[in-house]
Amino acid sequence: MPNTKSEDRLPSGSRSGRLKRLYKRLETEKRCGLIAYVTCGDPDWATTVAIVRALVHAGADAIELGIPFSDPIADGPVIQAASQRALANGTATQDVFKIAERIREGTDVPLIAFSYLNPIMRLGADRFAERASAAGIDSLLLTDLPPEAAKEMRTSLHERGLGLIFLLAPTSNPARIAAIDHASDDFIYYVSTTGVTGARKKLDPSLLTRLDEMRAQVKKPLAVGFGVSTHEHYQLLSGHCSAVVVGSAIVGAIADGPPAGAARRAADVVRSIMGKK
Amino acid sequence: MTTRAQQFPTKAGYYGDFGGKYVPETLMQPLEEFEAAYRRLKRDPEFKAKLNEILRDFVGRPTPLSEAKRFAAHCGDFRLFLKREDLNHTGAHKINNAIGQALIARRMGKQRIIAETGAGQHGVATATACALFGLECVVYMGEVDMARQELNVFRMRLLGAEVVAVSSGSRTLKDAINEAIRDWVTNVRTTHYIIGSVLGPHPYPMVVRDFQSVIGKEALKQIRKQAGAIPDVAIACVGGGSNAIGLFHELIPHPSIRLIGVEAGGRGSALGSHAARFSGGTLGVLHGTRSMILQDENGQIAETHSISAGLDYPSIGPEHAYLQSTGRIEYHDCSDDDAVEAFHKVSRLEGIIPALESAHAFGYLLRHGREIPDGSIVLLNLSGRGDKDVPQVMQLLNKER
Repeated sequence: MPNTKSEDRLPSGSRSGRLKRLYKRLETEKRCGLIAYVTCGDPDWATTVAIVRALVHAGADAIELGIPFSDPIADGPVIQAASQRALANGTATQDVFKIAERIREGTDVPLIAFSYLNPIMRLGADRFAERASAAGIDSLLLTDLPPEAAKEMRTSLHERGLGLIFLLAPTSNPARIAAIDHASDDFIYYVSTTGVTGARKKLDPSLLTRLDEMRAQVKKPLAVGFGVSTHEHYQLLSGHCSAVVVGSAIVGAIADGPPAGAARRAADVVRSIMGKK
Repeated sequence: MTTRAQQFPTKAGYYGDFGGKYVPETLMQPLEEFEAAYRRLKRDPEFKAKLNEILRDFVGRPTPLSEAKRFAAHCGDFRLFLKREDLNHTGAHKINNAIGQALIARRMGKQRIIAETGAGQHGVATATACALFGLECVVYMGEVDMARQELNVFRMRLLGAEVVAVSSGSRTLKDAINEAIRDWVTNVRTTHYIIGSVLGPHPYPMVVRDFQSVIGKEALKQIRKQAGAIPDVAIACVGGGSNAIGLFHELIPHPSIRLIGVEAGGRGSALGSHAARFSGGTLGVLHGTRSMILQDENGQIAETHSISAGLDYPSIGPEHAYLQSTGRIEYHDCSDDDAVEAFHKVSRLEGIIPALESAHAFGYLLRHGREIPDGSIVLLNLSGRGDKDVPQVMQLLNKER
């Protein structure tokens, strides 16, 4: 895709165009994408690289690289525990750059850094943007940064060609929906239900109706996360959104056995959810 | 002579560079709803009358102002007046806010209340308000705090609240707030979260301040009558900072009053050994607000230590951060040891057993009372009574033997 100067301006999204191309492709192929989340440094940074490679090989369309934070208020027990393990073994914010660089060596998969505001603020928004851009990261998502407080962060990221993705929730009112649709780069992350991250047996019964209503209101593609963990969920949601985000199911599988088998276990989750052999 | 205070927070919830609303999107609309309800009720004569009636007939306001002559004489040559928030029903200032917010919740049609608690005083106050209004109540409390504040845990249960033990992280107040936020984000449609201090996302720091400002309003009137003047110095301990803001809010427009906030100096100045956010902290965002935070070089929140559970928290209310940056309030630390010494001294010299939190304000006077000009009038917020701390102090004494 050509990258003209005008496309680099707000709010055009990540300059790499990887996410934009992904959503175009998903539309052409009439397929629901899968975005896989991993916590960087769980069980260690080198294994995280191996896990991501395996996830991409298994069919994941984009990767969220979770930068661990000590007080993850939007996360359920599985990702909380992964964050604690990663921090306990000395994982630092900067490790996400090292991990992204290694992943970038072998693949063009879109990479989204995923965290909370404080670790990024501590590093500095400009410094984060500069290093993330150099490492091949496409975009950033911060669970506790709503658009009205994000001006500085957006500017820093956009100057370095990175996008900033916002969450949309079941409680968002029409004014907020419009503002988020405008501000979120390349796509919107739709939170399936009021609550924290974590695999759920059943999706919120009102989700499909809400999704259809939401799609009619926004221009950007929707990726649905929080609770998505089975092939049945994936099938149900296909046709109602552009992609699903799978986090705790993968992170749980990574923790469920020795590090040596972590990549294979994570990849199995992706294959199983997508219904591949 | 008073100067006109600037109107803070701003519409977006900022106090200078501090404050704001940094929460998951799910909570943004509920926060707007809460703010709208609060702003409407604040001007509603019926609501104000109801609140004042409960504060008078149930809480026991106004609380007295007592002169502490013997402790003052021990510390220096000034007159010391204690605002007796320890004499509120449930034993601390926390009830002022808990009643106010529970009334709002009821008017918003929320039947379920959640709260976090450190020392247990806010948990007890919230459980009390819920019992009074017939609301369901769940209180999150760190396991470490549950152990050191066993009595308050039992009090909450007696009052019909469910106390949930929080075993994540440092297992203290910070982690209790994490769990309360996770509950709120899940049950936000039916539940109101009563934050106990001038912390959290806007509008909480404003709402809690407004409900606590009754302390300063009463104290100013009382000290004018009893001492014949406004105070030269006002002093309060600062955890999140609700009792301090409650006292200071009405005093800020009087430029002649020196305002002193006392943080927990703990065991020493190393990160992890104290809860002194101004001497050891840096700008950051925790629990929805931008303020001074104890954190490491990676932006991970540091563990804190204080002998008093109510001061054991890595962040501070954003309005405090702002008033520190402008120099209007000065902040000092008081060590665990000085606080315990003050706890004993106030008990013996005044016949009042203070909460370990409030003992930090007294501890500052023990150490620095001689620096206060002779003949000054000092106003100290005795934010809570110390019955809850008696077992802990007893253990300390046994250890020393």
